[in-house]
Amino acid sequence: MNTVVWAVVAVVGAVTFAFRHSFVYLFDRADGVPSRLRAPLRYVPAAVLAALVAPAVLGPVTGPGPLVTARTAAGAVAVAVAWRTENAAATLAAGMVVLWLFRLG
Amino acid sequence: MSAGDAGRRAELHRGVARSLPILVGVAPFGLVVGVAAVEAGLTPLQTVATSVVIFAGASQLAAIDLLARDAAPAVVVLTAAVINVRMVMYSASIAPRMRAFPRRLRPLCSYLLTDMAYAATMAEDETAATAWYYLGLAGAIWAVWQAATVAGIALGRGVPPGWELTFAVPLVFIALLVPAVTDRPRLVAALVGGVVAVLGVPLPFNLGLVAGALAGVGAGLAAERVVGTPPNAGPEGRA
Repeated sequence: MNTVVWAVVAVVGAVTFAFRHSFVYLFDRADGVPSRLRAPLRYVPAAVLAALVAPAVLGPVTGPGPLVTARTAAGAVAVAVAWRTENAAATLAAGMVVLWLFRLG
Repeated sequence: MSAGDAGRRAELHRGVARSLPILVGVAPFGLVVGVAAVEAGLTPLQTVATSVVIFAGASQLAAIDLLARDAAPAVVVLTAAVINVRMVMYSASIAPRMRAFPRRLRPLCSYLLTDMAYAATMAEDETAATAWYYLGLAGAIWAVWQAATVAGIALGRGVPPGWELTFAVPLVFIALLVPAVTDRPRLVAALVGGVVAVLGVPLPFNLGLVAGALAGVGAGLAAERVVGTPPNAGPEGRA
């Protein structure tokens, strides 16, 4: 397993760096961002962050189940606190407290 | 010390200060990666190498899990690559801001690009997202990630799973996501991205994440045609 681990780490690391640097490098060469790409790029933060958050909060949909779980309740409270305060620490604290209260209750 | 140095230092401090609430989510995630890697049979050196060389938590966890189950190396690489391909979107999105960074720093800045560093940088006004601000923010995330990985190796099974500390990760993403939803097209992008990602959870290689991201961007563009371009879009738009 040893050599395989090192090879996988090296290849995944190289691929990930290539992804991260791809357009930083290309747009430097191309002298700016092509105007056709500007509109789609506006939606990257909202779309990708939501795609990361939703499965972690809602979990896989495997059929009918309770709508209010510790995670959905904590997620909903976190969204409300983030919306009212735009404060990351308050959002995190509120979400974890709700999660723990549900686990205790 | 010249005025330029003082300015850089102030920007660096501002970036580190911005990272502080984010680090509360980074630390438990790094801890879990360290614990998972040791349990999977990776040596401490290999575990640290995944955090330094790959430096992308979700893909590290998936790769560690697959290695522990003796998956084919090609499957491990493909899965990690699909999880990380969203970085191409971040790269395109943040590139206009990085063009203002000194050229010699750009490869380092790319290496330090994470979900959290990306979202926090895009939330700044274009002129406020300076190279040294970015390095303070992304560098602090990097340092805590490495320290948390090492702590995870040392702790082993010492973290009670009942605490569910990893839930701090989606909570930090929520804190970054909500301020990024500044208008109706972006709200549509977030809703569609989230729903498609949830429906796509059963897909292999974590393709649900990519499907959600692409569907969300497409839905945002479609919504823009209906309600018009957001008034605060700017040249590249604020995050």
